Amino acid sequence: MNFRRLFLILTPYTWLLVFFLIPFAIVFKIALSDYAISIPPYTPQLDLSAGWEGVKSFFSDLDFENFTFLASDALYYSAYLSSLKIAAIATLITLLVGYPVAYGMAQSSDEWRPTLMMLVILPFWTSFLIRVYAWIGILSNEGFLNQALMGIGLIDSPLTILNTNVAVYVGIVYTYLPFMVLPIYSALEKLDGSLIEAAEDLGCSRAQAFWLVTIPLSKPGIIAGCFLVFIPALGEFVIPSLLGGSSTLMIGKVLFEEFFSNRDWPVASAVAVVLLLILIIPIILFQRNEQKQREAGL
Amino acid sequence: MKFTGMTMAAALVAAGAAGAEEVHVYNWSDYIDEELLTKFEEETGIDLIYDVFDSNEILETKLLAGGSGYDVVVPSGTFLSRQIQAGAFQKLDKSKLPNIENMWDAIEERTEKYDPGNEYSVNYMWGSTGIGVNINKVKEVLGDDAPVNSLALLFDPANMEKLASCGVHMLDAPTEVIPAALTYLGEESDAQDYETIEKVEPVLTAIAPHVLKFHSSEYINALANGDICVAFGWSGDILQARDRAAEADNGVEIEYHIPKEGALMWFDQMAIPVDAPNADAAHKFINFIMDANNAAAASNYVYYANGNMASQALLNEDVIGDTAIYPDEETVNNLYTTTTWDPKVNRNVTRLWTKIKSGT
Repeated sequence: MNFRRLFLILTPYTWLLVFFLIPFAIVFKIALSDYAISIPPYTPQLDLSAGWEGVKSFFSDLDFENFTFLASDALYYSAYLSSLKIAAIATLITLLVGYPVAYGMAQSSDEWRPTLMMLVILPFWTSFLIRVYAWIGILSNEGFLNQALMGIGLIDSPLTILNTNVAVYVGIVYTYLPFMVLPIYSALEKLDGSLIEAAEDLGCSRAQAFWLVTIPLSKPGIIAGCFLVFIPALGEFVIPSLLGGSSTLMIGKVLFEEFFSNRDWPVASAVAVVLLLILIIPIILFQRNEQKQREAGL
Repeated sequence: MKFTGMTMAAALVAAGAAGAEEVHVYNWSDYIDEELLTKFEEETGIDLIYDVFDSNEILETKLLAGGSGYDVVVPSGTFLSRQIQAGAFQKLDKSKLPNIENMWDAIEERTEKYDPGNEYSVNYMWGSTGIGVNINKVKEVLGDDAPVNSLALLFDPANMEKLASCGVHMLDAPTEVIPAALTYLGEESDAQDYETIEKVEPVLTAIAPHVLKFHSSEYINALANGDICVAFGWSGDILQARDRAAEADNGVEIEYHIPKEGALMWFDQMAIPVDAPNADAAHKFINFIMDANNAAAASNYVYYANGNMASQALLNEDVIGDTAIYPDEETVNNLYTTTTWDPKVNRNVTRLWTKIKSGT
C-alpha cells in the first residue's frame, strides 16, 4: 500500500471523524446524562482517576431518559413538525424566486455574468445579523414598507407583518436566496444550448423545451440549492427570534430555551440529536435512491 | 473606547514578556460610564478588558461551562444564588475591599436572600420591574383614567384587548412575569410550589394573544419609536426609552410606573468566578466601583440606583430626585424579591411559559 493512496483515503475519513463523529459523540453523551447544579451542569462526569471502576460507574449512569421525556411532551413533536413545515415552504418559495434569477444570470451575456455574480454575493459582505435586523426596520408597523404602502394609498392602517410567520418566511427567503441561486446558476451555466435547439427542432415549443430539457438538466443544481436552504432553515434560531412572534414555534427556539432558560444541557442535547437524525436519515435514503437511479440509468 | 483598545493592544505587545497585569470584566451592556474604565486603568496601571452581555442566561451558561476567563461578572440576584450553589464563585476577601463601608445596609439586607452574609458579592445596581407606557396612545385607547399604575393594565383582558391595537411588549422572562401575575391574583409573589404558580395560567393565556411580543430588550427601541404603547420591563430600560424619545423629539412621551400592587425589586451583583485568572485585580476593580465618586458617576450615567450609600450625596438631582429610580420608602416597602425555583419547578415553569406564548 503506498502512502499517497493511504493519505487520500484517510483524509475524508479523518475530516468526518474530527468534525462530525467526535462532536456528535460528545453531544450524544451529554444527551444521556442528567441535569445537575454544578460545573458543568450535568452528571455523571467521567472520573479517570478512579480507573476502571470510574469508567464502569460512568457508563452505568447514562440512560435514555431524556429521549423518553421528549416523546412524552407534545411540544417537541409540534416544534419539529412546525420547523419542517416552515423550512419546506420557505425552501419552495426560495426556489421559485431563485430559479428565475439564476436562469436570467445564465442567459445573460458573458461580460455581464461576473457583475451579476458579484451582485448576488455582495450582501454577504454585511453581517448576517445586521441584514436580518434591517428587516425589522422595513417590516415594522411604522416601517418603510407600511409607510410606502400607506403613502401610495394602497392600505389605510399598517399591516402587521413583523412578529408573524410571514416575516419569518421573508427573512429565510431573503437570507438563503444566494444559496439557491448559485448552485442552480452553475448547473444552468454548463447547459449546452444546442440541446434546446435540438428540442425545438424536434417540435417542442419554447415552454416545452424548458420543462423537458432545461429543468431536468438543472436538477442537480435544484437539489443542491434546496438542501443548502432547507437544512439551515430547519434549525434556524436568529430569524424566528428576531422576526417571528410569540406563536412562532421552531425547534431552534426550543433548543435555545432548553439550553439557556432551563439550563438543561442533557435535554437540549437530546433535542439536537433528534434534529440531526431527522435530517440525516432522509438525506441518506435520498442519496441511496439517487445512486440506484444512476446505476439503473447506466 | 476604540483608542483605548488600541493602546491596550499596544501595551500588551510591549509588556507581554514582563507579564502586564490584566483584569477581565463581564457586565451588562450599556451599564457603565466608559470614562470610569479609563480612570481605573490610569489609577491602577492594570489593563482592563471590558466585555458585555445582555442576558443572565448567557452569563450563566459561560460560568457553568467553566473556564470563562472573566475576573468580575455581574449576575442578577436569583441567578447569583443558583451559581453560588453550583460553586461558580469564590468568597470575597473583604480585607481587600476597604470601600465596602460605603455600601447601603438596606440593600445589603435584601441581597442576603441570594447571598447569605453577602460573602460572594456586592451590589452594583438595583431597580424594579414595572410598566412603561406611551401615555398619549394609552389614553387614546383606554381613556384618561387608564390604570397605568396598576397591574390590571396588563393582566385584565379587557384592557389588553384594546391595547393590542397600539402594541404591547412583555419581558420574555417567566421569572419576571409570573411573580407579577401572582401578585395581581393576590397570591404570594415568591410562590415556590407549582400548584400555586399554575394559577397564573388562565390569566396569562387570556392576555397572551394580545401581546405583540415577549422579548427582553427590543422594547427600549419599540417604545421610543412609538411602535408599541405598553411594555412590561425593567425600570432603567424604560427610562432609557423615555430619554431616547425625548432626544428624538418625535412626540412620543414615555412614563415609567411601579404598579401599586407591588413590583419585583432586582439586584445586579458583582462577583468573582472561582476560576478567575486574576482575583487580586478583580478585588481592586470591585473596590474601585465601590468608591463613592465612581458609583455616583455610574448611576448618573445609566439612570439606575446603586447600592452605595456614600454615593447618594454625589448623585445628580435628576437621578436621586426621580422616584422612578430611587422610589420613596413607602414604594420600596411595597417592592418584593423572589428566590430561585428548584430545577423541577423551573422546568415546569419554562414549559408553562412556552405553552402560554405559543399555545402549544
